[in-house]
Amino acid sequence: MGMTLAQKVFSRVAGRAVDVGQIVTVRPDRAMSHDNTAAIAKKFATLGVEHVKYPDMHVIVLDHAVPAPNVDHAINHKEIREFVAAQGIRHFFDAGTGICHQVMVEKGLVGPGMLAVGSDSHSTSYGSVGALGVAIGRSEMAVIMATGEMWFRVPESMKVVLSGRFGTMVSAKDLALYMLGRIRADGATYMAVEFHGDAVARLSIADRFTIANMSAEMGAKAGVFPQDGVTDAFIARSGTAAFDARPDPDARYAITHAFDLSQVQPMVARPHTVDNVAPAAEVRGVKVNQALLGTCTNGRLQDLAAAAAILKGKRIHPRVRMLVVPASRKVLMDAMDAGYIRDLVEAGAMVLNPGCGPCLGAHEGILAPGERVISSSNRNFKGRMGSTQAEIFLGSPQTVAASALAGEIIDPREVA
Amino acid sequence: MKKLRGRVWKYGDDVNTDVLFPGRYTYTVRDPKEMARHALEDLDPDFAANVRPGDIIVGGKNFGCGSSREQAAFALKYAGITAVIAKSFARLYFRNAVNAGLVAVAEPAVWDAVQTGDVVEIDVQAGVISTPKGDFGFPALDANAMGIIEAGGLIEYVKKQIAEAKNG
Repeated sequence: MGMTLAQKVFSRVAGRAVDVGQIVTVRPDRAMSHDNTAAIAKKFATLGVEHVKYPDMHVIVLDHAVPAPNVDHAINHKEIREFVAAQGIRHFFDAGTGICHQVMVEKGLVGPGMLAVGSDSHSTSYGSVGALGVAIGRSEMAVIMATGEMWFRVPESMKVVLSGRFGTMVSAKDLALYMLGRIRADGATYMAVEFHGDAVARLSIADRFTIANMSAEMGAKAGVFPQDGVTDAFIARSGTAAFDARPDPDARYAITHAFDLSQVQPMVARPHTVDNVAPAAEVRGVKVNQALLGTCTNGRLQDLAAAAAILKGKRIHPRVRMLVVPASRKVLMDAMDAGYIRDLVEAGAMVLNPGCGPCLGAHEGILAPGERVISSSNRNFKGRMGSTQAEIFLGSPQTVAASALAGEIIDPREVA
Repeated sequence: MKKLRGRVWKYGDDVNTDVLFPGRYTYTVRDPKEMARHALEDLDPDFAANVRPGDIIVGGKNFGCGSSREQAAFALKYAGITAVIAKSFARLYFRNAVNAGLVAVAEPAVWDAVQTGDVVEIDVQAGVISTPKGDFGFPALDANAMGIIEAGGLIEYVKKQIAEAKNG
């Protein structure tokens, strides 16, 4: 019997062939933590071990509330910098470098076939480059720091077969939301989702990133694009190490879904669950006060380009505060060079420091009671971006830009 | 492990980590007492003031969906909750609950049988939940998970292992 990608990755790190359902205690290739590293370090300190076992395994990125919005966050960051220095952790990226998941991929710290754990639910994003990105909790990260190992259950896998081509103004985010409407927010719980089909070759790393990122919203343990030519071209540029990241043709999947990209319309997730989706055209007319473009879900160059193309030479609606959060400093600089930042700012947008920004409600654009946001981020839970009486609608960069222009949610094809 | 007996707090489907422990506190609030005060704040503002040690949460499907933040489990533990029974759990929440030393049982039938305020008993060893409307069996927890819960959480469990290895 052939192996799924998840089985192959766990077999390699376990040093033996493993079956689905087996519990394995293994050493991950990478372990990512962010602003939560101070809390992790405090748990680590109670374990009775002085030194982090494998300092080079760890990647620490400050991104969740940067630059520090208050004294508590500033202390938190200071403690992390001191921990990093004391433990000799080389892969440390301070405020302004970018969002942790983007930094992992962009800096070539995660590659095909790796087992990369992160103390952040959207660690599934590493599947964009063929890695098994698995989210863990803070206690687990503290234990990995001490022992270098963690237990995992080898997951069942879901096969998602993608065919067809996107229509005008339709992109990876719309597909992710469309899939969420079908698979639901718990449809992939405990499973590794593998993406297959002829359409995959036409999806860029940025597209794959958005989809792998949103796999977390289906409850998935991981969401992975098997290694192909697109992956190889990317890792050649970023200089990333690679292991085997191709499932066997006769691998067994717990369930298979098929989606035709040509059938996908611009989609919106309505409050307060990610799978409460509808075509943007059906949500049309919902007035918005804020429009958020960017985040780890949709903050890469092609996302900013898509929004800039819609907003260039126009003015956003006076009711709308538009915020742009590039996923990294590199993305910000590339977008400056390409003129996208100028287009967005001239249209009335505010550009924020690369980081998590207002996505998790820590700072930089908190919502008041009764306000609504159209956001290219990944979660629309009640209270997430501020008041519990605010409403979060999720959409693509195109839908966010078009809605910012209109002052209300619209199908971006209306402004095409 | 001894039987757990407590009053029920019942909630619906998709109880997410943002309502269990809001994101605005995740990097700054670390004191257990203060964490307990924010538990379930955005879903049930009455919970934190009225929860008693030993109480038990009963949730619907996909309990704990969303973030990896384990405070969503620890905040309940610090509030006095000993167990969460749900129709189903989000993967990360199940791990985090076990790692916090909470008994986490996925048993879909219990939800319809109980109301907030009912007293239920969980016999973890026998795999039985007793409610006013009858008993429900559940599959035994994984041995690895039981070891962690009995130690009081993952940190306590590993701390013991490391100490034993040093002395051993």
